[in-house]
Amino acid sequence: MKIKSKSGKIGDWVFVVICLLVSVVCLLPMINLLARSLSSTDALIRHEVYLWPKGWNLEAYSTVLSDVKYIRSFFWTVFLTLVCTLVSLTMTTLCAYPLIFGSLKGRSAINIFITITMFFNAGTIPNYLLMKPLGLLNNPLVLIIPSCMSVYNMIIMRSFFYGIPDSLRESAEIDGASFFTILVKIYVPLSKPVLATLALFYAVGRWNGYSDALMYINEPKFYPLQLLLYNILNNINSVEVATLEGFSAPGLTESLKAAIVMFSTVPILCIYPWLQKYFIHGVTLGAVKE
Amino acid sequence: MKSKKQVLPRRKTDFKVYMKRYWQLYALLALPLLYLLIFKYIPMIYIQIAFKKYSIVESVWKLPLAKNHGFEYFIKAFKSKDFILALRNTVGLNLLDLVIGFPAPIIFALILNELCFKRFKKVVQTIAYMPHFLSWVIIYGLALQLFAPSTGFINMILNNLGMESVPFLNESRHWVATYAGLGVWQNFGWGSIVYLAAIAGISPELYEAASVDGAGRFKKMWHITLPGIKPTIVVLLVMNLGNILGSNFDRPFALQNNLVMDVANVISTYVYKVGIKGLQFSLTTAVGLFQSVVGVFFLLMANWIARKLGERGIW
Repeated sequence: MKIKSKSGKIGDWVFVVICLLVSVVCLLPMINLLARSLSSTDALIRHEVYLWPKGWNLEAYSTVLSDVKYIRSFFWTVFLTLVCTLVSLTMTTLCAYPLIFGSLKGRSAINIFITITMFFNAGTIPNYLLMKPLGLLNNPLVLIIPSCMSVYNMIIMRSFFYGIPDSLRESAEIDGASFFTILVKIYVPLSKPVLATLALFYAVGRWNGYSDALMYINEPKFYPLQLLLYNILNNINSVEVATLEGFSAPGLTESLKAAIVMFSTVPILCIYPWLQKYFIHGVTLGAVKE
Repeated sequence: MKSKKQVLPRRKTDFKVYMKRYWQLYALLALPLLYLLIFKYIPMIYIQIAFKKYSIVESVWKLPLAKNHGFEYFIKAFKSKDFILALRNTVGLNLLDLVIGFPAPIIFALILNELCFKRFKKVVQTIAYMPHFLSWVIIYGLALQLFAPSTGFINMILNNLGMESVPFLNESRHWVATYAGLGVWQNFGWGSIVYLAAIAGISPELYEAASVDGAGRFKKMWHITLPGIKPTIVVLLVMNLGNILGSNFDRPFALQNNLVMDVANVISTYVYKVGIKGLQFSLTTAVGLFQSVVGVFFLLMANWIARKLGERGIW
C-alpha cells in the first residue's frame, strides 16, 4: 500500500469497526448461551443473566453428562458421523476419479446420468416409499446409505482431480501402473486438501442433519443428537434427571437446555477453524463449473 | 479431452483390448452409479402414484387411475387452502431470502476486501463462517435464548428499558422477519467466500490505474470490484431464482411453531405433515411432482435469461 491520505485512514477504521460489529453479532448468541449454561437457577429465574454468568456453577453440565439418553445419543452421533464421512468420501472418490479420463467410453452418458439427479428429484414421498421395500425404515442404516454421496461434492472433487497434472498419471501409466494403483498412489495422496474439505462437509451434514431420522426412524435409541435436541427444545422429551430431583424448576431446564445446545455445538466448532484454508478452496472449486 | 488421445477401437478385438485396460475404471464407477440408480432414479417409479389411487397393499403398477384422467390429486391440492398457503409461503420466504439474504454476502465481501489488516481480516472471516456450521435445530435453540418473550436476551433488555416484549417467534409478521434475519446470520459469511475468490481474481493493475486517475475507495469499489464479480453474482442469482420454489426442510421445520403456521408452513413441511404423518401419499406426491417440474422449468428460464443478458449462465 502506498502512503494514504488522512481520509483514507479514517475509511480503514470505519471498515474495522463494521467488521467488529459483525463479529459481535455472530458471537453474541453463543456468549449468551454459554453464560446461561453456567448460571444458577435463581439468577435465570430473576432474569439477571446477560453475557456473563451469575452464580457460577457447572450443575447443568454435570446433569447433561449424567443423562444416559443424551450421552448415548451423543456417542451414537459421533459414530454415525465418522462412518458416514468415511463411506461418503470413498463413494465420492470412486465416482470422481474415473470421470477425469477423457478416453473413458460412455463418459458423457455417465455424466448426463449423474447431472440429471442434481436437477430433478423424485420428491419426499417417493423417496419415503422406497425405503420400505429396501428394508431401511426404522433401520439405522437409513442414516448412512441414502445420503452417502453428494453429486455436488463429487463435482468439487472432480475439479480438483482435473487440476492434478496429466503428466503424472501418464508417466505412471507408461510404467505399467493400473488405474487403481494410480488412484491410490498418486491421486489420493495429492488430494488431501479436497479430501479434508469434503470430509468436513460430509461430517457437518451428518452431525447437523435430522430430517432423515425424523422421517424414517421411530426408535428413539437411534435418534441422532439433533433430533433429540429438537425434541428437548420443544419439550417433547423431558430431560430425565430434571424429574429425578423431585420437581423440575423452569430455571434448571433453561440452563440445561443451554448446556445441551452448547454441548451439541462444540465438536464442530472445534474442528472447522483448522480446516479454513482447505474449505475456502473447496467452495471456490465448487463454484467453477465447466 | 484432457488425457492422452487414444485410438478408438473399432473391432471386437479392439474392444477386448480396451476392456482389458479400462475395466477397472468401470468397476470403480459401479458402486456410485448403483447408488444413484437406486436412490435417485428408482424413486421416480413412485411418481406415478400422483396420478393413481394409492393403496398400501397393491403394487404401484397395478393401482387404479385416479379420477379426472388421473389429475384428481392435483386438482385437490390446488383446491386445498393449506397447500395454497404453503405454496405462497414457499415463494414468499424464498423471495424474502433473495432480497435480504442475497446481497448480504456481497456487501460483506466488499467490506472484507477493504480491510488492510491481514490478521484481523482472517479472524473476522473465521468468526463469520461459524454460523454456517450450526444446525438449524441449534440455531433455533439460540433463537429461543435470544428472542423468547420474557426470558430472551433481547426482550430482557427491552423490558429493562421499559419497553414491551417483541414477539419475535410467536407472531406471524415478526416470525417472518426473524426467519429472514436468521437466514442472513447463518449464510452471509459462508456466502462471501465465493465473492472473495472472485475479487482475488481481479487484476491489481486495474486498481493501480484507477488510483493514478484519482479514483477513491468507493469509485474503485463501484467501477472495478463490482464489475469484476458481476459474472459470479449473475450465476448465483440465476441459481437462486431457479430455486424459488425449492424448499429446504430443516430450516422452516426447526423454526416454525403452531402460532405462526399460517406463514411458516412451506411445501416441504406440508408434504411431511400431510404425507408422511397424514398418510395422504397420492396427494403429496402430486405436490412434490408439481414442485420438481416447475422447479426445473424455473431453472431453465433463469439460465436462459442469464444468457440473454450476455452472461455465462450455469451450463
